[in-house]
Amino acid sequence: MSKKLLEIDKLTVSFETDEGVFKAVDDVSFHIKNNEIVGLIGESGCGKSVTALSILRLIPSPAGRIEKGRIIFSSKDLLKLDIREMKKIRGNAVSIIFQEPAAALSPLHKIGQQMIEGLMLHKNISKKTAWNIAESWLKKVSIPDAGERMFSYPYQLSGGMQQRVIIAMALMLTPDLVIADEPTTALDVTTQAQVFELIKELRQSHTSILLITHDIGVIWEMCDRAVVMYASRIVEEGNINDIFSKPAHPYTKGLLKSVPKLSTDAERLMPIHGYVPSPFNYPSGCYFRDRCPQAFDRCKKEKPQLVDLGNGHKTACFLV
Amino acid sequence: MDNQLIKQPILEIRNLKTWFPIKRGIMARTEGYVKAVDGISMHLYKGETLGLVGESGCGKTTLGRTLLRLEEPQKGKILFLGKNLLDLKRKKLKKMRKKIQMIFQDPLTSLNPRMNVLDIVTEGLVEYKIIKNNKEDHAKRLMKEVGLDENSIYRYPHEFSGGQRQRISIARSISLKPDLLVCDEPVSALDVSVQAQIINLLLDLRDSYNLSYIFISHDISIVSNIANRIAVMYLGKIVEQGPAFDIINNPMHPYTKALINAVPTPGIYKKKKIVLKGETPSPSSPPPGCNFHTRCPEVMDICGKIEPQELKTEMRQVWCHLYKG
Repeated sequence: MSKKLLEIDKLTVSFETDEGVFKAVDDVSFHIKNNEIVGLIGESGCGKSVTALSILRLIPSPAGRIEKGRIIFSSKDLLKLDIREMKKIRGNAVSIIFQEPAAALSPLHKIGQQMIEGLMLHKNISKKTAWNIAESWLKKVSIPDAGERMFSYPYQLSGGMQQRVIIAMALMLTPDLVIADEPTTALDVTTQAQVFELIKELRQSHTSILLITHDIGVIWEMCDRAVVMYASRIVEEGNINDIFSKPAHPYTKGLLKSVPKLSTDAERLMPIHGYVPSPFNYPSGCYFRDRCPQAFDRCKKEKPQLVDLGNGHKTACFLV
Repeated sequence: MDNQLIKQPILEIRNLKTWFPIKRGIMARTEGYVKAVDGISMHLYKGETLGLVGESGCGKTTLGRTLLRLEEPQKGKILFLGKNLLDLKRKKLKKMRKKIQMIFQDPLTSLNPRMNVLDIVTEGLVEYKIIKNNKEDHAKRLMKEVGLDENSIYRYPHEFSGGQRQRISIARSISLKPDLLVCDEPVSALDVSVQAQIINLLLDLRDSYNLSYIFISHDISIVSNIANRIAVMYLGKIVEQGPAFDIINNPMHPYTKALINAVPTPGIYKKKKIVLKGETPSPSSPPPGCNFHTRCPEVMDICGKIEPQELKTEMRQVWCHLYKG
């Protein structure tokens, strides 16, 4: 069994808004091993992006606050590092790919300028060397005319190309961990397929990946393990085969049944009843109980904790 | 259900072209056109759902909007219930619009934030002077129809969640008992667990109102769950159309194949990917010959030179040089 590269332990993050304080991430623990792709899946507002941002300590402050927990990365607690040490981690050991490539690139600087910035900062190399490295990475992510593209502005590239630039930037420094936050949601399906091929190639350089998505199909195709989040908490975790062949939590089951599949068998979709509750208004006990077809008395009173079902398959549900 | 369809199409589009002029300079000279919809023909029967699939920029939304004459086409015919919509003048067009309604992608921007639900869902009924008073009763009936609480008619759009808002816009669109509903990515902005709810609602309404849908989406797996027939668009043109079952299970055009192959599907063991090279060309300067030849994995010499002609079988049409009559 390979070593744990990242371990998140009882992470709780809260946000203060005009309407009050709410927990965006509540008691979340999971880990990522070396050379592993872990999928973090959940619907909007479930706390998956906040979890990712917490790893790099990019939670907008003072509104957001990491209340408790530890984030151990290569045997260092990232939450205890001072800002100088943290800057050495960001982009260098852990890098992030955001959903919207147009928002992640500066519209005022040429692609090349933006790419060499991180290289020069972390690697202490000359501008010329950095430029050459950046250009070679643009080629690796199959951008045509890489040499000329280095002088382009982001608006001159299509969405798919912009995302490839972002991916090249994230990989240039050969990080140990890449966090990909919905890297293909803004892209077309055929472009998505191109980007996934790239991400899969990363594996060969022994990089671990945390892939955040709302698309259960993506999890199936890309990941070794998956963590399912619902309303700020983890409801299920396990390797891909367990999650898909014997889902334990009613939410995971519902998600698998409700997703439109590519088929024309006139089978009706089975939606999950109701809507995701507002974070100010989570029900008592289990947060999913209002929508759960199998809820019973105990679900109202207690919060279920994660239970190990063997083989690292865990779920937070009283039914097991 | 296909047998019950009356074999007279309620909608027929012939060689429709919606081009947007590109204007440059102080004289605003027209320097070229963005060929968003470039010579499309199709038809739709009563009670049928036609799924329109394609990637961003392929012209599917423009086509949907042209059907309601929200965009003016350059050329072509739109025959709706036997009349050409493009010949209608304002008054008659307004009458006709009652029968064609549209549902947009983002319900937050398509619902007026200053109107309460009561006014939103009955606006059409009042505008067309179908009701005078008892607005409340009609609003409550419509709310019930789309599965919302009847007592929330005095609330405003921001008080609802995304899925509920989409239900409100569906209630508004069915209020006039239309024949045709153009749904432009109606579930793309919604959470996965809610998408299925809306798809089921649309299916139920199709049966109870005997509606016909044009269902526009970039996601072929969603379309496969609702459409009887599917038309695949690429760069302003239809590349293939036919019964949903045939398109999904036996795609002919290389683009359709790639589109289906690219959908990540749980359960099918990790299949070999067809990864298309490059980017969609700009619709202002489409490549010569077949529009798709620059990215096609099965490209031949002829593809860059001659535009493929339609190959028609009883139910299906495909535009590709790989297939000869």
